[in-house]
Amino acid sequence: MKSLKLRGVLAAAALALTAGAASSVFAQESVLRVAMTAADIPDWTGAPDQGYEGMRFAGYTMYDALGLWDLSSSDKAADVVPGLATSWEVDPTNNLLWTYHLREGVKFHDGCPWNADSAIWNFARVMDTSAPQFNARHATQQGSGVVNVASVEKVDDLTIKITTKVPASLLPYDLAMFLMISNCGVEAVGNDYAKFGEKPAGTGPYKFDRLVPRERLELVKNAEYWNPDRVPKQDRVILLPMPEASTRAAALMSGQVDFVEAPSPDTIPVLEGAGMQIITVPYPHNWNYLLKVDSGPFSDVRVRKAANMAINRQDMVDMLQGVATAGYNTLIESQAWYGTPPVYEYDEAGARALLEEAGCMPCKVKIGISTSGSGQMQPLPMNELVKEQLDAAGFEVELVPMDWNALIGVFFQGATASGFDGINFSMAPIDASQGIIKKWMTEYAAPACCNWGTYSNPKVDELGAAALAEFDQAKRDALLTEMNNTVMADAPELFIVHDLNPRALSPKLTGFVQAQSWFQDLTPIVVNP
Amino acid sequence: MWMYALRRLILTIPILLGVTIICFALVQIAPGDPITSLVRPDTPPEQIAMLRAYYGLDQPVVVQYFMWLWRVLQGNFGTSIANNAPVAAEVMRAFANTIVIALISVVLAFIVSLILGTIAALRQGGIVDRLVTALAVFGISVPTFWLAVVLVIFFAVNLNWLPATGMGSGGSDTFNYFDWNDFKFAVMPIIALALPPLAIMTRTTRASISEILNQDFIQTLRAKGLSEFAIITHAIRNIMPSAVAMLGLQLGYLIGGSVLVETVFTWPGTGALLNKAILTRDIPLLQGTILVLAGAFVLINLVVDLAQSLVDPRIKRT
Repeated sequence: MKSLKLRGVLAAAALALTAGAASSVFAQESVLRVAMTAADIPDWTGAPDQGYEGMRFAGYTMYDALGLWDLSSSDKAADVVPGLATSWEVDPTNNLLWTYHLREGVKFHDGCPWNADSAIWNFARVMDTSAPQFNARHATQQGSGVVNVASVEKVDDLTIKITTKVPASLLPYDLAMFLMISNCGVEAVGNDYAKFGEKPAGTGPYKFDRLVPRERLELVKNAEYWNPDRVPKQDRVILLPMPEASTRAAALMSGQVDFVEAPSPDTIPVLEGAGMQIITVPYPHNWNYLLKVDSGPFSDVRVRKAANMAINRQDMVDMLQGVATAGYNTLIESQAWYGTPPVYEYDEAGARALLEEAGCMPCKVKIGISTSGSGQMQPLPMNELVKEQLDAAGFEVELVPMDWNALIGVFFQGATASGFDGINFSMAPIDASQGIIKKWMTEYAAPACCNWGTYSNPKVDELGAAALAEFDQAKRDALLTEMNNTVMADAPELFIVHDLNPRALSPKLTGFVQAQSWFQDLTPIVVNP
Repeated sequence: MWMYALRRLILTIPILLGVTIICFALVQIAPGDPITSLVRPDTPPEQIAMLRAYYGLDQPVVVQYFMWLWRVLQGNFGTSIANNAPVAAEVMRAFANTIVIALISVVLAFIVSLILGTIAALRQGGIVDRLVTALAVFGISVPTFWLAVVLVIFFAVNLNWLPATGMGSGGSDTFNYFDWNDFKFAVMPIIALALPPLAIMTRTTRASISEILNQDFIQTLRAKGLSEFAIITHAIRNIMPSAVAMLGLQLGYLIGGSVLVETVFTWPGTGALLNKAILTRDIPLLQGTILVLAGAFVLINLVVDLAQSLVDPRIKRT
């Protein structure tokens, strides 16, 4: 009996020593713990859902695209730079034909080589319903990236030719959203994506390590990343879904996480007081009302202008404690196509006069709003303030609250079928395709895409078509700028504020550069002891 | 008694069917759908239609329901639309996380409420009674969500004694209730969950004990010279059937109604899962979770009914 007890004590001591050794190994590992606003872990198999937060944390961390967003600067709007392709050009004699030169020597995390075959396999994954690797979820999530692609051919191991359905000068932006996953990894598990999800492989700066469904996604450093400048400066990133803003703030203050997305404005002074770093940078995120312009009160441009003049944007910025800037345009000023649009400054009397001139007094409008949701900021108090200001100028606003899912449904439905005169639906005009072309051209009217209010202007359509067929960047930018100026003069949206993308970081973190983008690069972050 | 139990178990079938039909219908009535939660605003409509067909959402609602039911009868709860994971595994993992803290909370509430309720009944009108009554009123009226946030601010942020959120450094996969480093993550969720049932059961216990203490047989016991302790023991045994019934109800309430607490503490239980399923209209996940919760509620009530006949032989279950 004594010997048994002794053995027990020795075993316990050995265990304790092992545990101690293990914990010292963990202590040496630098870990970045991120509290996301997402309610769940975004898809981690190369087709992230949950909006751009999904792309930010479960997309560009593990996977690359042919082109990647340059997230290295806070001073300029992010643009697309070479990624898994080193360069690309359109055929001077056939503007439907693109050549992409692929990066040499890149390997997926499972050792599979990146080449033309893997690129073509990836296009088939989302485009060819007869291909064994075709995945309906991936096709839906990644479909907008390849929407203009008609076919892809291999020229040699490191060159592919892409034929587009129509002239598509913005193709590099589309393809920057199309993530490449390991063809060997999927084939090795018989094209079973659930099994691939147990050990997914991309070429990104982080490798998958561990997942606890709905709780945490753990990634580790890819020390062999093809871009030495972006090899992560931490060993591990833990991504935690924390939809409740107060929980995220508390988790940061109690030292459970190091990096918090979107702290609510009222917690920012407390977080700052506790020594946390609050970082805000403009980025293309407009908090606005999409307006139904083909019928109803907002079909009259005077009513739309009156609404824009009724908004005291500074009041809104003050209410948000400075985590937003006044918005007078879909785009932010640092974007190349901002131009010189009219600025609808706050003028309540002017707004009232315009409404009277339009014969809409009181001007009854019905607006759909959400109670929460991705990119919706603080929808309830913000919408209350907008209503108060619009009502003061002669509108009679009926706010119809619903949950985020229902409002997304209203967005996809389009204005005409929705029964609303407007919706508060934040958009992400990250590039000219999403910020201008798909928002304002008649052919993209809902349900085809994102022109919710069915805005239609022949001049805008003409400029858009010309821009899509213009492959000289300077000339294209000029066309897009003129297009944006023309649209803004029609005031097809109610512009209110641009989010400043607040993040709260532990004082232990250094090196983070918040880009003017929905996407962010975690790799330069140093977790100091 | 066994026949009674069997009959009750058979009766659960229509109950479960009814619950799943109502939930399914409610999700269909509500605006929105599971696919719109998944996709980007610029997703082409044909691709949205393709995904809808992939999940069978293009079928008539009745067909969708029976397809789901047919799969469930074969033991297949389907896969979550939101994350493509098997629903059975998702729900069981979440249920395990919820049932443990719910059981700890309700047992804690039961024991403390018996003590407090009895003391209050014995000291009616006194300061102790008033304090207990105040605590009970506070517990009944305070919103759980608010209490949870206050607990976080006080114990996690200000005092830094307890962690604010989650299930420890390894998540629920490695959580060990017998290790303080893990268990401390459960402390605040347990307190937040325990307070409302504690308050309700304290009030019930106080009322029941005072009623019993005024009954004739207590006078007889006193006349026979029994000690006060023995008399209280008699009184407690007399309220046990109703206390056990209350315990069962509260446990059922905690299992199904922990959405807010689990959201604040990011505790990955059925409440949080149900919340996500509703917000994303994830019908397979919602149906699977509801089925398990409803089944658990029915079973808990059955166990409570049987337990009542054990604590009070006068109650016969035949």
